[in-house]
Parts: sequence; C-alpha cells; structure tokens
Amino acid sequence: MFRFLVRRVFGALVILLIISAITFWLFYAVPRDPAMMSCGKNCTPENLEQIRKNLGIDESIVMQYWHWLSGIFAGRDYAGYGNCEAPCLGYSFANNQPVYGTIMDRLPLTLSLAFGAAIFFLIIGIGAGMLAASKQGKFLDKFASSVSLLGSSLQIYFVGYIAMFFLVGELGILSQPSYTPLTDDPAAWVSGLLLPWLVLSIIFTANYTRMTRSQMVEQLSEDYVRTARAKGLSKRNVFFRFAWRGAMGPIVTIFGVDLGVLIGGAIITETTFSLQGIGRLAIESVFKSDLPMLLGVTVLAAGAIVIFNIVVDAVYALIDPRIRLA
Amino acid sequence: MTSTEQQPFLSVRDLKVHFSTEDGIVKAVDGLSFDLAKGKTLGIVGESGSGKSVTNLTILGLHDRDHTSIEGEIVLDDKDLLTATERELERLRGNKMAMIFQDALASLSPYHTIGKQIGETYRKHTGASKKEARARAIEMLRRVGIPQPEMRVDDYPHQFSGGMRQRAMIAMALVCDPELLIADEPTTALDVTVQAQIMDLLKDLQQEFGTAIVFITHDLGVIADIADDVLVMYGGRCVERGTKEEVLRDPQHPYTLGLMSSMPSLDGPVDVPLEPIPGSPPSLLNPPTGCRFHPRCAFVEKVEGGLCSSEQPVLTVLEGRGSACHLPKEQRKELFADSVASRHN
Repeated sequence: MFRFLVRRVFGALVILLIISAITFWLFYAVPRDPAMMSCGKNCTPENLEQIRKNLGIDESIVMQYWHWLSGIFAGRDYAGYGNCEAPCLGYSFANNQPVYGTIMDRLPLTLSLAFGAAIFFLIIGIGAGMLAASKQGKFLDKFASSVSLLGSSLQIYFVGYIAMFFLVGELGILSQPSYTPLTDDPAAWVSGLLLPWLVLSIIFTANYTRMTRSQMVEQLSEDYVRTARAKGLSKRNVFFRFAWRGAMGPIVTIFGVDLGVLIGGAIITETTFSLQGIGRLAIESVFKSDLPMLLGVTVLAAGAIVIFNIVVDAVYALIDPRIRLA
Repeated sequence: MTSTEQQPFLSVRDLKVHFSTEDGIVKAVDGLSFDLAKGKTLGIVGESGSGKSVTNLTILGLHDRDHTSIEGEIVLDDKDLLTATERELERLRGNKMAMIFQDALASLSPYHTIGKQIGETYRKHTGASKKEARARAIEMLRRVGIPQPEMRVDDYPHQFSGGMRQRAMIAMALVCDPELLIADEPTTALDVTVQAQIMDLLKDLQQEFGTAIVFITHDLGVIADIADDVLVMYGGRCVERGTKEEVLRDPQHPYTLGLMSSMPSLDGPVDVPLEPIPGSPPSLLNPPTGCRFHPRCAFVEKVEGGLCSSEQPVLTVLEGRGSACHLPKEQRKELFADSVASRHN
C-alpha cells in the first residue's frame, strides 16, 4: 500500500506538471498580449516594457514557466508586487490580487457545494438503486428507473431556474442561494446552499440510482450470493454484506470522478445560482485572459481529479482483496 | 431405496418445477420422485439442462420464488420443505442440509476470508463466538486436508488453488455436520487427481458423519466411484433408476446406454470408437411429444405404432429399479447387446 501511494503521488505530480505546461503553452498560442490590455490607451513602448517586467512576462515562455513552477515551492520576487511567498501562484493580470489567496477564498464555497450535494445524491441515489434492485421488475423498480431516466435528462440551468422561480420566488420555501462560511453560521450555511445541493442532486442522483441498481442486480445473480443463501444467511444479510460489497467498486469509481469534477468547479451551477466559487473564477479568468489565475484553477481542478483517482484506487483495494496494490 | 426397512431421510414425490419466462413456461423438472436414506449416496446423472441442478436448488428453497411454480412434495426428516417458511428454511440451510457447488471460485465470496466464510455458517447456526468460529474453521480446514490451516484460514479464496478451494467449500458445507449434503458437480472443474482426492474426502466424511449425499454429475465414472443408487434424468424427468450396479451393468433405457457408449472404457479394447448421442438436449420450453428422448433414440422404429412420439412412457419402479421406455423389456437386452456389439466391429 505504501509503495503504491508513493508511486501514485509521484505520478500525479508528473501529470500536474504536464497539464500546467500545456496550459502555459496554450495560453501563449493565443495571440493576445496581457501587457497590452493593462497598458491602456496612452501606451508607449517604455510603459509596455515596464508592465511586462512587473507582470513577470518579459522573459521567454520556458523561463516564465520555470519561474512559475519554482515560485510554488520557493516563492518568488516580482518587480511589480514585491515578494510572493510560497506557495506562490503569481498575481492576477486582471485585478492584481494574489492567485493563491483568491483560490483559497473561493474554495470553501466550492467544497461546500460539492460535498453537500454529494451527501444528498449518494444517499438518495444509492438508496433508490438498492430499493429498485430489491424489488426487481416490480412497480417500485420501474418507478425508480423512470424517475432516474427523467432526472438524468434534465439540465442544471433548466431545473435550477425553475426551482428558484417556484421554491424561492413563488412559494418562498427556500432562501436565495448564498454562501455563509460553515464556521460563521451553520444554519445559514445550510439554508443558503440547500437549493443548489438539491438541484445538483437531481442531476447526479439518477446516475447513482441506475449504477447501484444494475450493479446490485448483477451481484445478486452471482454464484457466491447463492452460496451465502445456501449457508442459511438471510436475504437482508446477503443483500448488504455480500451483494453490496461487490456493487460498491464501480460506484466508488464514478463518485471519485464526479467529486473531482465538482471541486474543479461546478461552472454551470455556480453561474446559475450566482455563487462565487472556483467554477466562476475559471470562467472569468478565461474571459479576462488572466493567465496566472487560469493556471491556478486548472492545476487545482486537475489536482482534485488526480487525487480522487488515487483515493478511489486505494478504496477499491480495501473493498476487493483481489486487487493488489504495489 | 435399497433397503426398504429404513425410513427415507429425504423423500421427493412427483416434483414439478416450472418457470414462467417471457417465451412461455419452462418445465425444468416434470414429475420426479426419489428417496434417500441416511448415510447413502444418490447419484443423479444427466446432461446440462436435464433438471439436475434445479431439483437440488428447489430442495434448498433457493429457486426464484417469483417466477417458479412448484408442485409435489419434498420431505426431509418429516419436514415438508415446500411448505416451510423462509425462516425455517434459513435454519435448515447450512445446518441440516448443505450444498457444494461446482465452481468454487465463483461460489465463494471474493470479499471475505475463507475462515470468515466457514465461521459465519457456524456462528449463524450455533451462536458461537467469533473466536470459537475461527477455531472451528481451522479445525474444518484441517479435516478437509488443507495444510497449515492456522495460516490459510485468513486467506482469501483467490489465494487458494482450485482443489483447495473445493476443499474449503466442503469444509464450509460440513461445518455444522449436515445430515444431507447436496454436491452439484463438485469435481467437474478439477483435474483428475484432485478429483479423486475430493471424492475420497467426501467418502471419508460420509463414513464419519453418516451424511446422506445427493451427488449431481454428468460423469458416469464419478457415479461408479461414489454412488449407491443412480437416477438418470432426461428433459426434467427420471428415465431410469436403480442401484449403481444395476444401472451401470445392465442399463434399461436407451439414453443410459447412450451415455455409457459415449464414455471410453479402460478395460475394453482400445480401438472401440466412442459413440456420441446424436442431436441435442430437448427444449424444456417446448418438449417433444411422447417420450422426450425419442427424437434422439436409436430404437424408435423397434416400437410399434409410433408409440414413442405419441405417448409418454411411464416409469415403472419395482424395488427401486425402473425405467421409462416403450421398448418391451424382453427385447431390450438383445437390442442393446447388438448395439454394443456393432460398436466393437
């Protein structure tokens, strides 16, 4: 297990390195000059040169990348901003704020959104899938399958606005989506995020219902489940301790991917509910050609996916002893 | 079956198991009866889809209840299993009656250690503690011949070899000293030397505990080794039954004869060609009229009036010996002998 983790973490770092390099290179492949944009109307070549120097973009791409990279571990000195402590991801071209600080400001909201919604869609999705599997072919099964098909065909911007219109506007049951840090006021944290959680859950639940149902149905027809019954174990015991154990693997896998994607930024959700999370930050930095911010968000998103992949593999090995991690 | 004075321990009477499927009703078992005394072994022979396995899953009550209709009677030691509640069955399964399956790798849980799987059965039926169950599991593993059971008890099934897995499965089935053991092709997936070891093990354990065994196989060689009585199934019905010696020495049904002709003999001449039974097993959805074996039978024309395709032959049993064939008894011996002789030429 230890060797597995060391190797995978090393691999993850390599992946992040490659992703950041590609992002860097792609950014400069677009013919747009960030210095020109912040230089304004009365731009002289001297001004431009000075701005380049201040932003740290007066060197070759390779050197810039190297400085960016070493800044993360050792910090770096900017002509325009002074010393930037490690982990330094640079300063935003758009508003001159430190990238690391901005991301750290936005991250709690995105994490709240992702984990909160995950609790909802895991419980509802897996519960409904199990129920459907235990009532195979009966009304409840067909009902759950139809609802999940409907759910998976819906889009967040559609459900989101409709829900906001009725639940917040017309009926006034839920409050307008907003973010209050959990540590400040837990009740406000919940009430502000309840609507986004529910809407996100509607979309994700369907996947988990269908996945859980099909996995459980498959496992329940396995020989070892029959053997467990032949030993005199009850249906319930076999259902939860044997079939569910086997069904868990693929569900953990898609959950890892979903969580990674959500932490990388639920762009549409955050936009729909006007929440200032990582997703919004990513979109804005694209529109503003804000390379340092874009890089920071990209590396965070990639990092989340890579880390959850490692976690998934480790959890998978815990579930299924046939998988050896080395 | 052999000794009439013994009260049958397991008695199956006119068992019918029908599945409803989208295409119609599958008559997997269609009127099967047999008895089994304690300490005896009944071998059930037949091709795939002849209803062997279904019969035994039905005894344990492990069939899909929603899509199965069952008629007849299964009595185990004065207890009618077909009217028993799920609760009652759960108490019997693994305890009084246990089953060994064919594919031990697929039939053991990949997620639990061998020791846990054996101990679990023990705990369920005896209420033993975890510690006691583990000790019992080690004891059982030793008894079925697993070396270093104290260490292997914590292994997972995939860490065992094929033969060891089947031994572990037997240990699991026997952990509560069941009185009835159903072995569904337990040696089919194993190579011959391991197969012989497993058979010896089963025989030893039977001697020790007086277990009644229902042994399902398609291998007549295995039957010759382990069974006291033999029941030959075809298309969900019993076509021939008797003691092992009676059935193997003097088959009365063309299907049994066919099975034997398709098996190599070690003591006969080497150049005798094997003769497969032509055709394939009947569809149980839409079984042939009359005798279910008649489309594949070599002796159809010897029976007058096309009786084979129009009328179902009745299984007439006399002192445990019987067969279901329209062919007149006195003709069979001669015809069968001719058929065997023609192979030798």
